[in-house]
Amino acid sequence: MQQIAIVAFSQSDCLARAGAANEVELIMPQLQAVYAQVGIDNAQDVDFVCSGSCDYLQGAAFAFVAGVDALGAVPPIKESHVEMDAAWALYEAVLKIRMGHADSALLYGFAKSSSGELPIVLSQQLDPYYLAPLWVDTVSLAALQARLLLESGLASERDMAEVVARSRRNALDNPHARLSGSVSVDELLAEDLFVSPLRRADCAPVADGAAAMIICTVEKAREWGVPYALLSGIDHRIETHNLGMRDLTDSVSTRLAARAAGVEDGPVEVAELYAPFSHQEIILSRALELGDDTRVNPSGGVFAGNLMMASGLSRVGEVFRRIAAGEIRRGVAHATSGPCLQHNLVAVLESAS
Amino acid sequence: MADTADTITGIECPVYLQYHFTAGRAPARFLTRIKEGVLSGQRCPRCSNVYIPPRGSCPACGVPTEEEVELPDKGTVQSFTVVAIPIPNNPIKPPFVVANLVLDGANISFIHLLSECENSEVRIGQRVQAVWKPREEWGYAMDNIRYFRPIDEPDVPVAQIGKLPVTGREG
Amino acid sequence: MSTLAAVVGIGQTQYKTRRGDVSIAGLVREAAVNALQDAGLEWDDIEAVILGKAPDMFEGVIMPESYLTDALGCNGKPMLRVHTAGSVGGSTALVAASHVQSGSFKRVLTVTFEKQSESNAMWALSTPQPFSVHLNAGAGGYFAPIIREYMRRSGAPRDVGIKVAVKDRLHGARNPLAHLQLPNITMQEVEESMMLWDPLRFLEACPSSDGACAMVIAAEELVHESPKPPAWIRGVAMRSEPTMYAGRDEVNPQAGRDCAADVYRQAGITDPRRDLDCAEVYVPFSWYEPMWLENLGFAAQGEGWKLTMAGATSLDEGGDIPWNCSGGVLSSNPIGASGMIRFAEAARQVRGDAGAHQVPGAKLALGHAYGGGAQFFAMWVVGADKP
Ligand SMILES: [Zn+2]
Repeated sequence: MQQIAIVAFSQSDCLARAGAANEVELIMPQLQAVYAQVGIDNAQDVDFVCSGSCDYLQGAAFAFVAGVDALGAVPPIKESHVEMDAAWALYEAVLKIRMGHADSALLYGFAKSSSGELPIVLSQQLDPYYLAPLWVDTVSLAALQARLLLESGLASERDMAEVVARSRRNALDNPHARLSGSVSVDELLAEDLFVSPLRRADCAPVADGAAAMIICTVEKAREWGVPYALLSGIDHRIETHNLGMRDLTDSVSTRLAARAAGVEDGPVEVAELYAPFSHQEIILSRALELGDDTRVNPSGGVFAGNLMMASGLSRVGEVFRRIAAGEIRRGVAHATSGPCLQHNLVAVLESAS
Repeated sequence: MADTADTITGIECPVYLQYHFTAGRAPARFLTRIKEGVLSGQRCPRCSNVYIPPRGSCPACGVPTEEEVELPDKGTVQSFTVVAIPIPNNPIKPPFVVANLVLDGANISFIHLLSECENSEVRIGQRVQAVWKPREEWGYAMDNIRYFRPIDEPDVPVAQIGKLPVTGREG
Repeated sequence: MSTLAAVVGIGQTQYKTRRGDVSIAGLVREAAVNALQDAGLEWDDIEAVILGKAPDMFEGVIMPESYLTDALGCNGKPMLRVHTAGSVGGSTALVAASHVQSGSFKRVLTVTFEKQSESNAMWALSTPQPFSVHLNAGAGGYFAPIIREYMRRSGAPRDVGIKVAVKDRLHGARNPLAHLQLPNITMQEVEESMMLWDPLRFLEACPSSDGACAMVIAAEELVHESPKPPAWIRGVAMRSEPTMYAGRDEVNPQAGRDCAADVYRQAGITDPRRDLDCAEVYVPFSWYEPMWLENLGFAAQGEGWKLTMAGATSLDEGGDIPWNCSGGVLSSNPIGASGMIRFAEAARQVRGDAGAHQVPGAKLALGHAYGGGAQFFAMWVVGADKP
């Protein structure tokens, strides 16, 4: 099977509010940045383009169509879109390269979710007959999951606070972070409960922005003459929508995806996990069977800023950056979608040399 | 067992979501100018085409657009339709003419209403000009222009539509 | 280089204004179960599910793949959700095919749907945005000026659209699943129907339907496990261009021309009218038949309408290149599924399984979908013969 190389990645600053910028204006700088990294001019110089976004976050049908305006798609290009995090756009592009219909692909994800009330908006993702009419928001569902985890004894509130403290500390080195700093576990535990047992700090700060990536065949990467990382495995799995039928303290779909992607075939030096709530990082780390020798979310993860529809792709990008810079040789990236980690994607990246 | 009269085939679940929509930097600039009665487009630095309303990028070239170009409120009918059904939440009464119009100096059309004319006499290439609302009613909106109406100028040959200079037909 | 793949199962629902008898989950499940049955398979035989639909706002369910996981037997499997506007049904089939053609999967299920009756699509499409005048008079209002420009360019007589409207409804009357059943429709009836967006009349526009369409796509090595003849995928292509750019030819979009050229090259087609036996083409408004006849290379520029008027695209008139034998989008239009229905109906033809709307001896067929401002295109060519 065709080997896939990741050659470029860029993400925007995580902004609480992107102000006057619209989606096209959010995307374009990231596209220009990845073009510059491989020395190409625009989307005409890759064989396939795929994006991820969600109409409801900005409150307009066909919102992704405007994204095409950022590409320079004249003459027309091969282009597709998933109504998912752009990590799944990456997945679609990988298939395209494997089948020999593209040697290179541009991926991007974007959202301006500050336009609406995100937790409320996402409540309309639930079963439309039984759950959506109850307007159960995403934070409340996550709180339910956290409660189960705490009661099961698999984690404590202190463990959750440690996730937050470490993430914020790591985010100090992340130039795009919305939130970073040194805060002690005790300080975090002293904060008021928000949606019990979650404190505000347990919820990753949502941000407006975009991320872009270029992948290609190894031959193409050599032709471009840029450092690259190999995408040695990628897989994703979804689980039942019925929360009552899932063991919410575990992530079975992550385990399945990790096995299929080959996580266990080598050491995991870094894991970038898309955990929008602190307790979910604990669940994911267990599902991925990460040991003490793995650095989890050295970028600060989405606690540095949760770029809706792009955070998953950014996790892959963060691992790529470290491999391309020669800091590490092997790492794992994770993306999630749906309430309480319903749908999970796992990618394994390795150094080419 | 319930008889068919009791069978539930649907439930009403109204969805209320509020958004604070952002137009974008370029459209916001356009809206700021139109509040002053000025039609302001943007020129692509690469292909030199002028877009109005501007979106901040040239879709053909995929590059940001910054240079502002002030355009007249005169233009040409690129194509049109006569609409016979009402628009939701719009007081306008059918039949009305919706036209793709290109302003002089612009290279792309936008959609607006055409009025003060016989619907049957509207044609491709026809010259039109904006009819503005009273100045005190102007807001940050394209409907500061109430509609366009035909003007007494010779039609533009089809090949020239979308290619006129800002000085218009005579330019 | 890519793995050979074929359609081994097709399932559709009844298309109608309102499917009050099923939930959204029930609707997609109906199509999926029909496809599995057609393929002689069980849920466990499916490795991944690829779901497509038009905007979430049409039903008011955000990312419905999340909620539809259970109905589609996807627990523990990969599930991908495609959205490329009106072309999504076609794009979804292509993404599903790529799962197999990439060698990554042996057998996948793909499903598309729309249940417009559960929401207000007109509302969904008209959320006000400040930089345009709020003139959303439906898709017809957008496409009517483009059609007018085609009429001007080609000098086509005014009744071409009427002829297409009649032809596709007569085709639809042969298809028991079609939403509109108008076996006695006449040119006069179409002409006298209300003019909605001049030059488009009520009967020249597509209906709005509830419905779902599903296919099972298998790798060559598993094709024999399904009892009915396969439809081999001979070519796949997609193209996009921006909605608006200076100098864009909206009547004959380059993205459509390029996409057709790409898919023909893969399938070894040099003259589509001669080489193909039939085509299922996305024609939501009558005039798009002559326009796409030209865009897809079945006729020279300005001459598409002549094929239509000569009956070349009509099954009832014994035309040499029947278009939309199923009745097309003009007879059934569950938006998110409409593109996939084109792809699936092309496959039914080459499987010899199209019932009363079968083109006798069809061996090679085109499936086509477009979306947005006629800017997103997806196409495939399927054949009875293994390439
Ligand atoms: Zn340009």
